[in-house]
Amino acid sequence: MKELRLMKGNEALAEAAIRAGADAYFGYPITPQSEVIEYLMAENPVERTGMVVLQAESEVAAINMVYGAAGCGKKAMTSSSSPGISLKMEGISYLAGAELPCLIVNVVRGGPGLGTIQPSQSDYFQAVKGGGHGDYKLIVLAPATVQESVDFVKLGFDLAFKYRNPVMILSDGIIGQMMEKVELFEQVPRATEQPEWATVGKKPGRDHVVVTSLQLQSEEQEKVNLRLQAKYRVIEKNEVRYETYDCDDAEYLFAAFGSAARITRKAMEMARAKGIKVGLIRPQTLFPFPVEAFNKMADQVKGILTVEMNAGQMVEDVRLAVNGKTKVEHFGRFGGMIPNPDEILNALEQKIIGG
Amino acid sequence: MSENLIKPENLVYKKTEVLTDKVMHYCPGCGHGTAHRMLAEVIDEMGIQGETIGVAPVGCSVLAYNYFAVDMTEAAHGRAPAVATGIKRVFPEKFVFTYQGDGDLAAIGTAETIHACNRGENILIVFINNGIYGMTGGQMAPTTLPGMKTSTSPRGRDVVTMGNPLKITELVAQLPGSYFVTRQAVHTPANARKAKRALKKAMEYQKLNKGTCLVEIVSNCNSGWKMTPVQSNKWMEENMFPFYPLGDIKVPQE
Amino acid sequence: MAKRGDIVIDIERCKGCGVCVPVCPQEVIALGPEVNTKGYNYLVKVNNDCTGCTNCAVVCPDAVITVYREK
Repeated sequence: MKELRLMKGNEALAEAAIRAGADAYFGYPITPQSEVIEYLMAENPVERTGMVVLQAESEVAAINMVYGAAGCGKKAMTSSSSPGISLKMEGISYLAGAELPCLIVNVVRGGPGLGTIQPSQSDYFQAVKGGGHGDYKLIVLAPATVQESVDFVKLGFDLAFKYRNPVMILSDGIIGQMMEKVELFEQVPRATEQPEWATVGKKPGRDHVVVTSLQLQSEEQEKVNLRLQAKYRVIEKNEVRYETYDCDDAEYLFAAFGSAARITRKAMEMARAKGIKVGLIRPQTLFPFPVEAFNKMADQVKGILTVEMNAGQMVEDVRLAVNGKTKVEHFGRFGGMIPNPDEILNALEQKIIGG
Repeated sequence: MSENLIKPENLVYKKTEVLTDKVMHYCPGCGHGTAHRMLAEVIDEMGIQGETIGVAPVGCSVLAYNYFAVDMTEAAHGRAPAVATGIKRVFPEKFVFTYQGDGDLAAIGTAETIHACNRGENILIVFINNGIYGMTGGQMAPTTLPGMKTSTSPRGRDVVTMGNPLKITELVAQLPGSYFVTRQAVHTPANARKAKRALKKAMEYQKLNKGTCLVEIVSNCNSGWKMTPVQSNKWMEENMFPFYPLGDIKVPQE
Repeated sequence: MAKRGDIVIDIERCKGCGVCVPVCPQEVIALGPEVNTKGYNYLVKVNNDCTGCTNCAVVCPDAVITVYREK
């Protein structure tokens, strides 16, 4: 039964985890995402679905608990915010290397260091380009609404198991903390059987299962890397997701994800009212990145402005996507500051139209 | 001897099938192999090969998953108790063990060790203590003895500047979540048989959901200590055992 | 008289560490002069006094020794 509720982003995401049939959540409190574990502890899903929830001694322990549970073929997840995600990076690299599915939520706050508890998008590079050691990719989903925070939990688990790859939801302090109307999907039953690669106890007649990211022979480790890269190419081909707004007649283009995209839409309205034909591409997947969509628009528009709550991160991927075909500039506020529509429009006029 | 005794009905000891046929990479005479075999024999005798999931560490026993014929996960350095927690929480009915060396368990993984034991996770932690980092070439470990020479304490461990050896097993025994904590060795037939009995007890307690069991095995590192295997066992008796005395540290009060 | 026993040594798996040698009460075993393909002086039987006590097999890190005992 579908259900409408007014919910805080973090709480909606936690409810979605229960409904998505998650088997386990392991986490550690950090602002601005603590509501995820608070909601789960209050909801006590072990009684609703059998899902276990545990507050770990650290973010490091939490991601390694996820690694253990994911190795058992279970739907496991964790959530944190920027400094805590940095701590998880070792575990995330192991998860990617051992090809284990799991869901990691980053409700981003401003950095670097302890930074601020206010919202930011300054973990784009960390999420999309690596963060941990070694050549690996996460599938990165960027919600712009509480609704997407819910929907991407289900999608995230589906993609994680489809590709045996960790999936990250790159949220931020705005989306995590704000309340919106949300339509909750129906309860998905927890899986009763685990995949054949999972450690479930050795079955007679089959070899024992080993979950590892270690290959001491370079030839073998290269094969692992080649297999991972081939998988990432398939993900790039199949899983790009984005939305476009007013692109048909656009002479200029905004690029923004997550909460920055919401603010940018207001700037678009203001621009259109002034007669400036500007569109927006909002990537929902940051990896895989909507390269084709930007490349196509580059033939049509006179310039692209990325709007980000960081010092200029996604702008690099947009530049790579358009490969010099059109001008690409960045406008951002950071350190927990949120851009307002006026300054976005002003940046479009200064950096793209008049630039 | 005229009569041939080598026939199936006379068999009294052979390698358990819970160990694979792979030749272990450990140095000649290393206690890891014996400790592996004792644990594998317990799993065999209890008939729980199909219900056991092991966690290998980083260190000399990183490849333990190649030798135990049970489903195994290889953890990041020090994180085995957290990985085992994740496994046990989603599969509470399985037997879960970690197998960790002193660097993994008592240095980088101290937090994970203490907290898993404090929560009373129903897992077995097998802790191999040889007072040195074997895999990386003989550096100082958290359990290196005072005055003991290693490649990073070449003039002997100076406790003033390098800190003291950590008796983490005694520490774990203080925690309410730990149920059975013992220190054993495997270098003599009597010690090895006793260590096996301890491992079996621990697995039986796990079946009863009693809490964390930790079995420390004081072992040798003849390569790291730069001795022959037989000499290293003697050195262990004379130097390691006085500092790390063998025996039960916490036994169930029943 | 003690029961009679015998052992089978997996020569190729033996690393010649010798930890089994001092634990044999009958002095049945010793490291031999020959080497296996890995270059280790592997374990050999030097007499027929084995009682099948299993001491050697219990301390062998490489599970090299199989033990038989007259029943």
